[in-house]
Amino acid sequence: MRGDTLLLGTRKGLLIYERKGSDWRLARVAHSGTPVAYAAVDPRNGAMWACLDHGHWGQKLSRSRDRGATWEELAAPRYPDGSEISDGFPVPGTERPRKPATLRYLWVFQEGGRDEPGRVYLGTEPGGLFVSNDDGASFELVRGLWDHPSRLVAWSGGGRDHPGIHSIVVDPRDSRHVLVAISSAGVFETRDGGATWHPRNLGTTVDYSPTPDVEVGQDVHCLVACPAAPDRLWQQNHFGIWRSDDGAANWIKVSQPEGPARFGFPIAVDERDPRTAWVVPAKSDQDRAAFGERLTVCRTTDAGATWTPLRAGFPDEPTFDIVYRHALDLAGSRLALGSTTGNVYWSDDRGDSWRALSHHLPPVYSVRFA
Amino acid sequence: MARVRFTPHLVRFFPDLCECEVDAASVRDAVQELDRRFRGLAAYLVDERGALRKHVVIFVDERALIDRETLADPLGPASTMYVFQALSGG
Repeated sequence: MRGDTLLLGTRKGLLIYERKGSDWRLARVAHSGTPVAYAAVDPRNGAMWACLDHGHWGQKLSRSRDRGATWEELAAPRYPDGSEISDGFPVPGTERPRKPATLRYLWVFQEGGRDEPGRVYLGTEPGGLFVSNDDGASFELVRGLWDHPSRLVAWSGGGRDHPGIHSIVVDPRDSRHVLVAISSAGVFETRDGGATWHPRNLGTTVDYSPTPDVEVGQDVHCLVACPAAPDRLWQQNHFGIWRSDDGAANWIKVSQPEGPARFGFPIAVDERDPRTAWVVPAKSDQDRAAFGERLTVCRTTDAGATWTPLRAGFPDEPTFDIVYRHALDLAGSRLALGSTTGNVYWSDDRGDSWRALSHHLPPVYSVRFA
Repeated sequence: MARVRFTPHLVRFFPDLCECEVDAASVRDAVQELDRRFRGLAAYLVDERGALRKHVVIFVDERALIDRETLADPLGPASTMYVFQALSGG
């Protein structure tokens, strides 16, 4: 059942754990030695996908149809000839230098809707959303988003050198309705399968900017929707935590001004209860370590009105773990997280208590249940 | 025919890769020919514009590749082309 397999994308390969009784067993190491930016299973057909970040040989896309035993390399998406990006940070009234767009990073994989067999998406740096309608045999750039007039003037790098698409949310009620989140540009929405896109950032603020409420240029770190109530969205942002009750039309800030639930990267929402969400707080953008030097998960069950810090099972000593945006996942009552310090923890009780899976792993980039 | 030698790192991804000879007048031509023999190899060495990847190094005899953008460096019949990973990155 979903939740009994755990995929860890790490700096040293893809680690596949299987649940055995009340513990976990390392079942397989795939792509050993190669950084794995993201790995997940397509629940429609069981295929396992891995986004590889070879230090020397470029970005590669790999897929397994036998739970990781054997892998096939798929052609990585290509930015079309003549594609350009703007370099540097946008400054009003000035035009940034342009340079050719080439694939820098495969940041996230997302399967299409249940009624779209063969459709998969890839979010990439420098800012391209790619779609395949033949299960990865070929990808094409989603021109509607790439050609959005805001891209060359208002998108910039943030977590990475160039704009990157790290979150893709397909509406389970309507597969043509898709939201993406871009660092740093913000949330964009399409309702026509990708032909036209609109920014959806009303209410979020980019506090380091002289124009904090710009329509495009928001610094979203992670975007998720409640599967049972997709109009309830949550985002962990550089400047706090926001939720939306109306499908991203408006955003309401729900973080704690003094923390701990404030700065961080990942956010997870309950599959059935749209009021319940989890974050893993970090101190601040200037000091990227665990909040209070204690690894902590914060949970809200009242749509962000209050947050409860959860620390049972985490070390009672200084910890400096940072959990990246894809390194927290949820399956029913089960949670797991992995840090850049190589610690992985899991919980079977919605975060009330945690157990260590390992303290000795490579830096963890993604954690996904299958 | 120029001779081509590879870092053993690439054998992991291309098990049949071995030292070989190519009939090519430039490094660019050689990479294209090698891609025909070892399908997909070019994408490991160059990006989608054909520029050498940042952390890949090619030598022609004792000289590092000059034209990393279009790989126009000439190859002679007695040349040896070396394909390595750079010591940066990784």
